[in-house]
Amino acid sequence: MERTILTATDFAKVRADFPILQREIHPGVPVVYLDSTASSQKPSAVIEALDTYSRRSNANIHRGVHTLAEEATALYENARQRIAAFIGAKIPEEIVFTRNTTESINLVMYTWARKNLQPGDVVLLTEMEHHSNIVPWQILAAERGIVLKYIPITADFLFDLEAYRELLKLGPKLVAFTHMSNMLGTITPAKEIVRMAHAAGAKTLIDGAQSVPHFPVNVQDLDGDFMTFSAHKMLGPTGFGVLYGKRTLLEAMPPFMGGGDMIKKVTFDGFLPNSIPHKFEAGTPAIAEAVGLGAAVDYLSAIGPDWIIAHERQLTAYAHERLREIPGLKVYGPAVEHKGGVMSFTMEGIHPHDVAALLDQDGIAVRAGHHCAMPLHQKLGLPATTRASFYLYNTPAEIDLLVSGLHKVQKMFG
Amino acid sequence: MDDLYREIIIERYKSPQYRGELDPHDISFEDENPLCGDHIRIDLRVDEQGKVSEAAFSGHGCAISQASADLLLESVIGKPVDEVKQLSKQDVLDLLGIELGPVRLKCALLSLKVLKGGVYGLGEGQAGDELME
Repeated sequence: MERTILTATDFAKVRADFPILQREIHPGVPVVYLDSTASSQKPSAVIEALDTYSRRSNANIHRGVHTLAEEATALYENARQRIAAFIGAKIPEEIVFTRNTTESINLVMYTWARKNLQPGDVVLLTEMEHHSNIVPWQILAAERGIVLKYIPITADFLFDLEAYRELLKLGPKLVAFTHMSNMLGTITPAKEIVRMAHAAGAKTLIDGAQSVPHFPVNVQDLDGDFMTFSAHKMLGPTGFGVLYGKRTLLEAMPPFMGGGDMIKKVTFDGFLPNSIPHKFEAGTPAIAEAVGLGAAVDYLSAIGPDWIIAHERQLTAYAHERLREIPGLKVYGPAVEHKGGVMSFTMEGIHPHDVAALLDQDGIAVRAGHHCAMPLHQKLGLPATTRASFYLYNTPAEIDLLVSGLHKVQKMFG
Repeated sequence: MDDLYREIIIERYKSPQYRGELDPHDISFEDENPLCGDHIRIDLRVDEQGKVSEAAFSGHGCAISQASADLLLESVIGKPVDEVKQLSKQDVLDLLGIELGPVRLKCALLSLKVLKGGVYGLGEGQAGDELME
């Protein structure tokens, strides 16, 4: 990945690229957006790509022969190529378009896992998975009798490699794990996890919803069998996600949903599935959204994923330092060098919803709740946490605002 | 920083008047808001005339949910159970004196949902949102 060094002037331009960051939440109170881990904001380049597609090229794809259909098809498939290049896939056909990470994981469960897993087969997950990488496997466990085991986290909130080594002795068929926890921010040693899984004869699924937007990811280098991510967490539109899968695996998998576009041929008696990736893309897809994600990866490439993670680390280190000022505040997560730009915390005697609602009065957007990681919260003995998260457009000045907001919260409830 | 967190809400959150459990009780019901993990249990004692004589709530949650539980219980003491059945969403909002968006509304109305589940004698998990209309 090309390295880009941003100057202060460049950074001011980055901020200016995001129209929503100019918005005032209350009169005279600008937005301080610290919720990108849930959904990121869109730069003008993405908004314009979505708009231009609708104004100039809107049509259904793949079978039309008129100009607009040709254009729409070219834009859709061209986006696939750019997204494939962004994560280092060997060929664009390894990129399947879905609605989001959740659907991508469900696709693997309903097709690959249903075909390949038998009662008693073990699937390994980690304790820090998002519900989207737990519930599909629980559905399959109920239906098929597969056995789920959870790789624990260490006392330092890290992936427990030793416990993993032991669990691999069970001979799992699949290891499905997050590349970066959306609650703790923990970045997992994905390449090592995959290497060990393969040595034990297991396939791997990497949930890249939090990694692909924030740091350089190369699927060939990681060597995972499947990888999943969502457009709306990486400057793109909602309702659009990606499943990366190794070609041979995708080709051997049965189709996901049945319908138009996923077939080569249909008779009254049956159908022949289309080739990959179309075999998994039944019905008219989210075409504008594909174009939007294409524009988003162009933008992220131009800034440089190396710069993005370096910037987020600086912000996170600064936030760690400043949040220490607040008595009774506890941050959950590993040391800064092992995590991305996520700060989940509790304040003694104050419910996370109240923290978030009071910060909102200062225009500060943070999330409160279990962040779709209820089992992890239960393990940590927490009903909920407040989470601030950072992305390429955030500034140290915004962290200062967060800290003064938290002081106010403390004063109000103290 | 004040509209949503009126003094009465902060005050009731910090020093609730009706916090606790009643043992024995005539009516007890509990439920939670899965969105935020707020959990409320309400115990009631009812006298011979069918009026609520004592009330207490327990559980955990945000200031809005806890303050609304406290204010709601204060308002039902001395009321006939039949009248408690008629309480609506608007009654709770009037007690709190604030406007709420759809997400926080669930916090504010959890106690009403629990109270109604209790007075209607519903089983666990049977109290639905339609009770609050």
